[in-house]
Amino acid sequence: MFFESFAALLAMDGHGPYVWSAYAITLATLIVLVVQPLAAKRRQLRELRGFLRRTEEQ
Amino acid sequence: MWAWFHKWSSPRWFYQLSGRVLPWLAVLSLVSLVVGVIWGLAFVPPDYKQGNSFRIIYIHVPAAAVAMAGYLMMATAGAISLIWRIKLADMVVKCAAPIGAALTFLALVTGAIWGKPTWGTWWVWDARITSVLVLFFLYIGIIALYEAFDNKEAAGRASAILALVGAVNIPIIYWSVEWWYSLHQPASISFTGESSIHPEMLRPLMLTISGFYCFFGWVLLLQVRNEILHRERNTRWVRDLILQR
Repeated sequence: MFFESFAALLAMDGHGPYVWSAYAITLATLIVLVVQPLAAKRRQLRELRGFLRRTEEQ
Repeated sequence: MWAWFHKWSSPRWFYQLSGRVLPWLAVLSLVSLVVGVIWGLAFVPPDYKQGNSFRIIYIHVPAAAVAMAGYLMMATAGAISLIWRIKLADMVVKCAAPIGAALTFLALVTGAIWGKPTWGTWWVWDARITSVLVLFFLYIGIIALYEAFDNKEAAGRASAILALVGAVNIPIIYWSVEWWYSLHQPASISFTGESSIHPEMLRPLMLTISGFYCFFGWVLLLQVRNEILHRERNTRWVRDLILQR
């Protein structure tokens, strides 16, 4: 590692808040981009399955 | 050629093929992002002028690059959907716009955070930053236009036209730092000559750039597959697919 300690990595000579907040916002956005379609797919499959079951019974 | 084209544009075929590519894209993007980010944050020495704030480059440049490349891909899909009326291309336009908007948002926000310690300001109305803001509004406009129509076909055509017209903005963004005086630094990676960035800093950047590309592909496929299932929900193959599981 370039930094001498974990605390130095967090502080980044005063640039820590900038760097870490940029990475935190990016991480949060990327997680939303993945989780949203996965959740939508589960919801969609559940709805379709229910719909098919109803039509099969008839 | 035409048989190939039709096979490619068949939603069912695309659904099956993309299902096989999906896990690879997911693993590739996660591994290269995690390795590239840890490398860039903790192991690369700081910039001699900017200090540690330069480490934001490892997310700022990939987000901006993929936001622009994603726009070109979306505009191409728009052209294909306009010319050949291919449903799959229309779905790609619809699904790519929100992802592109999110990445452009990230490029703007990480750029602002980087600008504060480096330039002393969060924002300047210079050519590069303003043209990227225009890119963000183009993405938002395409989403809004798509939602504004009840008729899906008209929605697809209108947003495809907007996507095509907006493509003139991409070369403006790309060359803005050379055409106008700007606070923004010019490109550090050159495809034709020597890159101005030190190789030690460049290697993790290459990783995160390819990671963002794979991530875009992964998330786009997830969205397009959902859209296919939704639009083809009354077909036999979707029914068989659901009942199998």
